[in-house]
Amino acid sequence: MLQVSEISPEQIETDKIYRGMGLSEQEYNMVKAILKRRPNFTEIGIFSVMWSEHCSYKTSKPLLKKFPTKAANVLQGPGEGAGIIDIGDNQAVVFKVESHNHPSAVEPYQGAATGVGGIIRDVFSMGARPIALLNSLRFGNLTSDRVKYLFQEVVHGIAGYGNCVGVPTVGGEVQFDDNYEGNPLVNAMCVGLINHEDIQKGVAAGVGNTVIYAGAATGRDGIHGATFASDDLAEDANKDRPAVQVGDPFMEKLLIEACLEVIHSDALVGMQDMGAAGLTSSASEMASSAGTGMEMNLDLVPQRELNMTAYELMLSESQERMLLVVKKGREQEIIDVFEKYGLQAVAVGEVIEEKTFRLIHHGNIVADIPVDALAEEAPVYHMLSEEPEYFRRFQQMEESIPHVENFTGTLKALLEQPTIASKEWVYDQYDSMVQTNTVITPGSDAAIVRIKGTDKALAMTTDCNSRYMYLDPETGGKVAVAEAARNIVCSGATPLGLTDGLNFGNPTRHEIFWQMEKSVAGMSAACRLLKTPVISGNVSLYNESKGKAIFPTPVVGMVGLIESLDHVTSSFFQRAGDVIFLIGETKPEFGGSELQNILAEGDTDEIYSGKAPAIDLEVEAKRQSQLLDAIRQSIVQSAHDLSEGGLAVALAESVFTDKGLGVRAALSGDMTVELFSETQSRFLVSVKPEDVERFKEIIDDARQIGVVTDDGQYTIFGNGKQVIAEDAEALCQRWKGAIPCLLKSRV
Amino acid sequence: MKFAVIVFPGSNCDRDMYHAVKDILGEEADLVWYENSNLANYDAILLPGGFSYGDYLRSGSIAATSDCLKQIKAHAAKGKPVLGVCNGFQILLEAGLLPGAMLCNKNLAFMCHQEKLRVANHTTLFTSEYEENEIVQFPIAHGEGNYFCDEATIKELRKNKQIVFTYEANPNGSTEDIAGIINREGNVLGMMPHPERAVEALLGSADGLKVFQSIVMNWRNSYVASV
Repeated sequence: MLQVSEISPEQIETDKIYRGMGLSEQEYNMVKAILKRRPNFTEIGIFSVMWSEHCSYKTSKPLLKKFPTKAANVLQGPGEGAGIIDIGDNQAVVFKVESHNHPSAVEPYQGAATGVGGIIRDVFSMGARPIALLNSLRFGNLTSDRVKYLFQEVVHGIAGYGNCVGVPTVGGEVQFDDNYEGNPLVNAMCVGLINHEDIQKGVAAGVGNTVIYAGAATGRDGIHGATFASDDLAEDANKDRPAVQVGDPFMEKLLIEACLEVIHSDALVGMQDMGAAGLTSSASEMASSAGTGMEMNLDLVPQRELNMTAYELMLSESQERMLLVVKKGREQEIIDVFEKYGLQAVAVGEVIEEKTFRLIHHGNIVADIPVDALAEEAPVYHMLSEEPEYFRRFQQMEESIPHVENFTGTLKALLEQPTIASKEWVYDQYDSMVQTNTVITPGSDAAIVRIKGTDKALAMTTDCNSRYMYLDPETGGKVAVAEAARNIVCSGATPLGLTDGLNFGNPTRHEIFWQMEKSVAGMSAACRLLKTPVISGNVSLYNESKGKAIFPTPVVGMVGLIESLDHVTSSFFQRAGDVIFLIGETKPEFGGSELQNILAEGDTDEIYSGKAPAIDLEVEAKRQSQLLDAIRQSIVQSAHDLSEGGLAVALAESVFTDKGLGVRAALSGDMTVELFSETQSRFLVSVKPEDVERFKEIIDDARQIGVVTDDGQYTIFGNGKQVIAEDAEALCQRWKGAIPCLLKSRV
Repeated sequence: MKFAVIVFPGSNCDRDMYHAVKDILGEEADLVWYENSNLANYDAILLPGGFSYGDYLRSGSIAATSDCLKQIKAHAAKGKPVLGVCNGFQILLEAGLLPGAMLCNKNLAFMCHQEKLRVANHTTLFTSEYEENEIVQFPIAHGEGNYFCDEATIKELRKNKQIVFTYEANPNGSTEDIAGIINREGNVLGMMPHPERAVEALLGSADGLKVFQSIVMNWRNSYVASV
């Protein structure tokens, strides 16, 4: 039994116990000033988690303010469990992304599983039914047993949880680069659907109202998870395994159904999930946002272990728990609903007028803290930023065209790169179809989920090319938002808004903070121009291992609205005879490209160098709007954005269907540039022959490059000569087989 | 015709089944919570997929011991149709309404995609709308769909034409490529693939519709006959 409660306030101060909880001396003194006395062990624990980066955003807050967050259709911006955007007909879409990086680095299955569980709760705590999950994953290269284990177990964890709760996992992305080897990224996104009148907020309003705890009992798992998530991953990170929570998706499924039943009761005042910092954050944030206080009797909290201390109860991050505020006298109605689903729901406290957070345990007051001190008045730090040496060097490099002799061999090598290769091994393990709404399943540019009872659908995607982010975070930030929007547009949807999952290294290092600052500036510029406000998000810092930071990885999770199912468009060629267009010119741009990756030999320290591909947001916006226009006029058979690997890979991906189609394209100019450059704002589109003229009228800069054939051959002519002629099915087998093959191969 | 879609704690294809029968097929249907249920007034019972009781202990094992299953057995004993899909099939196996058991998929992973199936017996009350040996496409979504039974049972199944659906390209290692089997009496069908996910071409296939149409057609015929 852990007897940590014995440590006295004096000892906390003299032995600097707070340092081990992640609080600085200055912060400890702030706590003392707020309380006008020394904090006891429970109180200092509460402050340490609430003031952790994970809960308080103390170093990222000044940057987050720069994001555009408003638009006429935004019903709820950042700050609540998840953001909400109006989609007409009294409906709205709710979504958010959240990271679970550190837990997944030490215990990948549970780390990933509970990441999924947490983000689902954020969405249904708003009153929305979760309708789709996506994820964005980063791992080291699949060359070590440890990385393979992390990759496999993260996927199993996502599958194990998502499949059981019955929310389809419809999309996502996985990228592999060495800098993620010790610190993988696991970001999960959940999308929900809600009717306007059902929108709930996490508020503890109405003095005298009852605080109800519902769901799983509290155990000793995940204690200090938020603090753990706000520090570098140490070499001995394994000792932090007890800080990782254990998920129970069955419990979550029951909780979803019970909570979505409860929202229809006018007895419910507010509801919030117990995520990071558990009972502490949910209770204090609900009180703070209502301008009230809260008193709870911890003896009443359901517990699954004996002799838990107040400290443990408040800091536990046991999963599948919700906190509700219910009108006084109507508790039983709410409790009955939970009991129908076999869940515990008990009154544990009440809303009080005095703006204090007061906890009683075994008859004693164990914490008495001004509410706003925890949520609103957390310290904010303005970090120093400094342009790193590498960036200056990269910016001065001249763009050079890599030397490629064997175009066929290079195409094959690119298709076998795990970042480009088919992710079928991953998404086949996810139930992508439950709820029977998935119109476009994983594998296309964006997933499409229809809305039953309407002619509408939602398109959704996650994107971020972290190699560009590393080379030039401002340009990379623009590209990340633009690429997500490109994927949404290719599927026939208008981008509505985005959720950002910001993953960076240690912000106290000046060059890391510079990366954060520039990424946010780039993303914000793109959000403004592409009219995609940021409605929710998450910040994960200290993603470092062995002193090395990950590439800056601000994941963009974007949702778009398809106004008619007739506009649903996939990235795959549909029919032989269709004419293939490339929208946008191609320049020699290889910085951060997949070609640069495969050509790097030996020099593992600097695989990527040079400038990131440039992007002109005005051009991007114009092309997206013209393409969407063409799609809505039903003259686009397929649309695919060009990304990693350039045109050669995009052509291959578009032909990889089971229809036995082929492609014949004729290009001119430098073949290495034409085939493999990663110039931005380009699209590969196929059009019926009879629609070619109309298509050209709508799209300014489309170039006809070839036709879809029925011969199953992938053929490319360069300057009149055949440069690639391969069996499309054989290429497809390489592309599909690459990841399973890497997983099976011995190191 | 009135269908009951049974909802256990952890069922997650219940609404999909309901949508297929009610909205697409246009028949009467209710979502029926497993506790205190009265199934007497329903003409057919549908056990949907999902993870009843979180698949704890074994898939379907806890739901199989519920009071609800006693009623379903009584319903089946009267010759009324019972269809179990995915977890519903696993429950029927655990309850002893169908022979055999499920193993983990041969690759030890959950799998979800469209599969081609053969209608191996098109003379049952669930498949009479199909052609003989018709090839159809249904989604599968399971971690434990590797059907197993002993030699003697296989002989019985074959002899009595109880194998109703088989996989064209066996994805999970199931014995004899079995995707769905029926009881000896011909009114209890269990299958791993999801017909309720294959009722709209928009979602990739409408081949599953005939399962439900067959049930309705046969019920109408027998109902009309009995009147």
